[in-house]
Amino acid sequence: MRNVLKHLSSKDKRGAWIAFVMLAIVLLVLPFFTDALFGRGWVRIMDFALLYIMLALGLNIVVGYAGLLDLGYIAFFAVGAYCYALLGSPQLGLHLPFWIVLPLGALLACIFGVLLGAPTLRLRGDYLAIVTLGFGEIIRIFLNNLNAPINITNGPQGISMIDPIRFGEFSLGKTHELFGLTFPSVHLHYYLFLLFTLLVIFISLRLEDSRIGRAWMAIREDEVAAEAMGINTRNIKLLAFAMGATFGGLAGGLFAGFQGFVSPESFGLTESITVLCMVVLGGMGNISGVLLGGILLVVLPEALRHGSGPAQQLLFGKTLIDPESLRMLLFGLALITVMLWRPAGLWPSNQRRRELVAENDAAHL
Amino acid sequence: MSYKRLSLPLAILFAAALVACGKSETPATSPASPAVNSSAADELVVKIGASAPLTGPQAHLGKDNENGARMAIDDANIKVVIIGGRKARFELISEDDQADPKTATIVAQKLIDAKVNGVIGHLNSGTSIPASRIYSDNGIPQISPSATAVSYTAQGLKTAFRVMTNDGQQGKALGEFAVNTLNAKKIAVIDDRSAYGQGLADEFIKAVQANGARVVAREYTTDKAVDFTAVLTSIKGKHPDLLFFGGVDPQGVPMAKQLKALGLNVKFVMGDGGHTPKFIDLAGDAADGVYASLPGVPLEQMPGGKDFSQRYEAKYKQPIQLYAPYCYDAVNVMIATMQKAASADPAKYLPELAKITHSGVTANISFDEKGDIKGSSVTLYQVQHGKWQPLQTMGGKTSISAH
Amino acid sequence: MDTLLQQIVNGFVQGSVYAMVALGYTMVYGILGLINFAHGEVVMVGAMVAMSVIHLLIGSGLPPLLVLLISLIISMVVCMALGYGIERIAYRPLRNAPRLAPLITAIGVSMVLQNLAMMFWGREYHAFPSLLPNNSHRLSGAIITEVQILIVLIALGMMGGLLLLMHRTRLGRAMRAVAENPSAAVLMGVNINGVIAITFMLGSALAAVAGIMISANYGIVHYYMGSILGLKAFTAAVLGGIGNMRGAMVGGLLLGLIESLGAGYIGDLSGGFFGSHYQDVFAFFVLISVLIFRPSGLLGERVAERA
Repeated sequence: MRNVLKHLSSKDKRGAWIAFVMLAIVLLVLPFFTDALFGRGWVRIMDFALLYIMLALGLNIVVGYAGLLDLGYIAFFAVGAYCYALLGSPQLGLHLPFWIVLPLGALLACIFGVLLGAPTLRLRGDYLAIVTLGFGEIIRIFLNNLNAPINITNGPQGISMIDPIRFGEFSLGKTHELFGLTFPSVHLHYYLFLLFTLLVIFISLRLEDSRIGRAWMAIREDEVAAEAMGINTRNIKLLAFAMGATFGGLAGGLFAGFQGFVSPESFGLTESITVLCMVVLGGMGNISGVLLGGILLVVLPEALRHGSGPAQQLLFGKTLIDPESLRMLLFGLALITVMLWRPAGLWPSNQRRRELVAENDAAHL
Repeated sequence: MSYKRLSLPLAILFAAALVACGKSETPATSPASPAVNSSAADELVVKIGASAPLTGPQAHLGKDNENGARMAIDDANIKVVIIGGRKARFELISEDDQADPKTATIVAQKLIDAKVNGVIGHLNSGTSIPASRIYSDNGIPQISPSATAVSYTAQGLKTAFRVMTNDGQQGKALGEFAVNTLNAKKIAVIDDRSAYGQGLADEFIKAVQANGARVVAREYTTDKAVDFTAVLTSIKGKHPDLLFFGGVDPQGVPMAKQLKALGLNVKFVMGDGGHTPKFIDLAGDAADGVYASLPGVPLEQMPGGKDFSQRYEAKYKQPIQLYAPYCYDAVNVMIATMQKAASADPAKYLPELAKITHSGVTANISFDEKGDIKGSSVTLYQVQHGKWQPLQTMGGKTSISAH
Repeated sequence: MDTLLQQIVNGFVQGSVYAMVALGYTMVYGILGLINFAHGEVVMVGAMVAMSVIHLLIGSGLPPLLVLLISLIISMVVCMALGYGIERIAYRPLRNAPRLAPLITAIGVSMVLQNLAMMFWGREYHAFPSLLPNNSHRLSGAIITEVQILIVLIALGMMGGLLLLMHRTRLGRAMRAVAENPSAAVLMGVNINGVIAITFMLGSALAAVAGIMISANYGIVHYYMGSILGLKAFTAAVLGGIGNMRGAMVGGLLLGLIESLGAGYIGDLSGGFFGSHYQDVFAFFVLISVLIFRPSGLLGERVAERA
């Protein structure tokens, strides 16, 4: 992998083009490859990985770029998911098409982002963390309880029978025959999610290089100095919340359409923390790092689930520790060791790395 | 924007996917039962998937489910089951769904990849429902041992069954019992805002009101709380004569204790979530006189029921937690249907499943057109002298009154 | 009237429970500026260890209070060792790292402790034997048990003791010096690593006490009990102003009162639309309102953000 990267960074545009095309082909055939080798369950895991990557990239804007620690990010995912679920299921009797509901969910999440961001502008660090955590819980509690006096969200029972994502007559919920190939539902979702993930990556990259992106990083490094340089910190911070929330809402809508069922238990604090771990483990503020974090945290627990049992059989001749317990234990240990080994994440951004070195020189604690 | 910068993240997508694949999933087959070794060539291997939370706060219930299913599988392997003229060897493929809807769909897909002939699961409604869509798409019969939400079988899926009464059936029995047997007039209700607790409490309220009693207090808690003094104090101010709690024993225990401590003299009633040996162990004196329901007929009154609980305790060195007998029944119903259809092919035995009658350890099992258990009976119990004593069985054709 | 009084008593007891745990959070934060997210799990381990020791000794014929004392000491020692280990392994190497890094290791430590506890003590709930006398007393209409009175007293005692320690002893002075300016503290001959290790061990010992008292009150322990308790206590600490001992007490009591009064009266006040299921919403709403007007909590000092 290192070689590929070196190759990319040293060669000219043409080399990059070839790599790019090859990569595109690989990404296109990946679901078939995985399906044939490891089974369709893994294609489904890839779908979830893509959803989580979208979430992680959204949170990366808030935490990685603007440096605002958000522990309630999953709320925006919930808003997007419930927006889709309510407008495209028998719950309210509405069956609006996917291309209306999805942007609506993203927009709604964006509005929530601003609404929740506004009161927290004066708060910093740990106080911001607890308030965002509170907001996340508040949204979940409302979703959990709004089944009475008027039944809106169906409460803890959740909303089932959500319409699959559909383009006209082409439903992603069914298996299709195209170009002589069989495309099962999970494969089709993979392509759709990949498309949206690429879009989110593209927007993130553009933002990173823009005036806005630089303003975010200025705030992250020193808010007072940023303000002195003429940055409207209030608006810029709100924009970070809004952008992050929009991506979250988008992923949420896709999740609802994919899963066909949403219930408040999917949007708890642990989910927020999982997404945060992706961003931090991978490398805050670095898109490649966040991608890596997202993939690792979705795939690793699944791999452990299947790897640990047989491995113990092989080593000790019997299963000493329940593979299920071991999985969560190793997951925790991995978080600790990675942080000790590379505190800035597995793949920190170059700029961040430079800062770290400088910080270490001036460190007083 | 340079191509380099865009392709870098893409490279990771690809590389990480390869790394992930490199971890290589080993096929999830469990080691063969030692009892079976001969004529392997002629054997029909039947894989039964089971899924429940094996980690997290409900892990003890999930493990209980797995144990129940495993016992049925082991029994079937010992007593030589012939399906379509071939000797069948059963394998259990157990997966952890972490009580998480998303993980449940992944697990469902994995079970299908493993070519299971049928699935026993999941434990919760919140996992059974999203997974049911995947089983249905692949034509795999699913029998949930413990999902109670009405909506699970109301989706119109041909593959979704359960051997457990739904919230509507159980809530109705509980409500009638509270009003007609316990003569409650003013009733207080607490639920834990989980899908199970809220669903049962709402159905209980409907039944109570239909029978002419009044709900004077409606309070709520969470499935993580241990302190209920605030809601109990509020309830005390409204002077009810009965308190119903829609929730499970970890909350039921401290609630029963705090009722006593606050001097709230009411009859305390719970659903099946409270009917565990743990409840009595943990609540001690506070457990005395508490009521709880359990779907089906008491194990001691069913043929093979007592034997089952003794064998379970001998095998797993612990008492049945809650749903193990239902899991045992669910597996046996599935095996019986396969025998009747003379095939373990889901497409062939699925139509038979809708028509089967099977005498299980929890009830005589047959399914209605939706996949719910037919003639659902619910038994009410009270803690007397440190044991759950059956009081009466309500509903169903096998209505027995035991004293 | 009786109901209101009872609700206030309920709130005080619940609040003292939060305060006991919040004090541990706040002490570590006050010295290090670090949220020890694993603190809730240390409370859990304290309770679990005590439970095991009690079960081991209960048949030996020793008087119940002695059994409780032995279990308290053993569980404090175990927790102190655990606290030291956590600090040594998960926090010390990260003192100069970006501030989110220790947060992640703390989450990792929580997961590890929780799963180890699950392997060791099993997945099910355990009864916590009641060794303390637990009679009910009437307090002009409200009922309070002896364990609950003890909880309120111990919480107050903990706070008082910590305040004395911080302001009246050499160790306390060293702790404050480390909190104020670590490099200057080093120049003054303070052993920073030693002070921080002691801080963690002290916080963990308090966690053990809190764990035992909480379990004695509710009579039930579980490997999962630490996380929700930790979250509530953390909220309480922030509400009062994290890093401030009195703040933890005030925040804990306030959160307890808000919860019990909220659960008790919110339904009647809002005409039945809101009910006790919005208890947490109510608590967070108060927290957010307080922080908007006093961004450093009720009793917190305004300190410049640490890098």
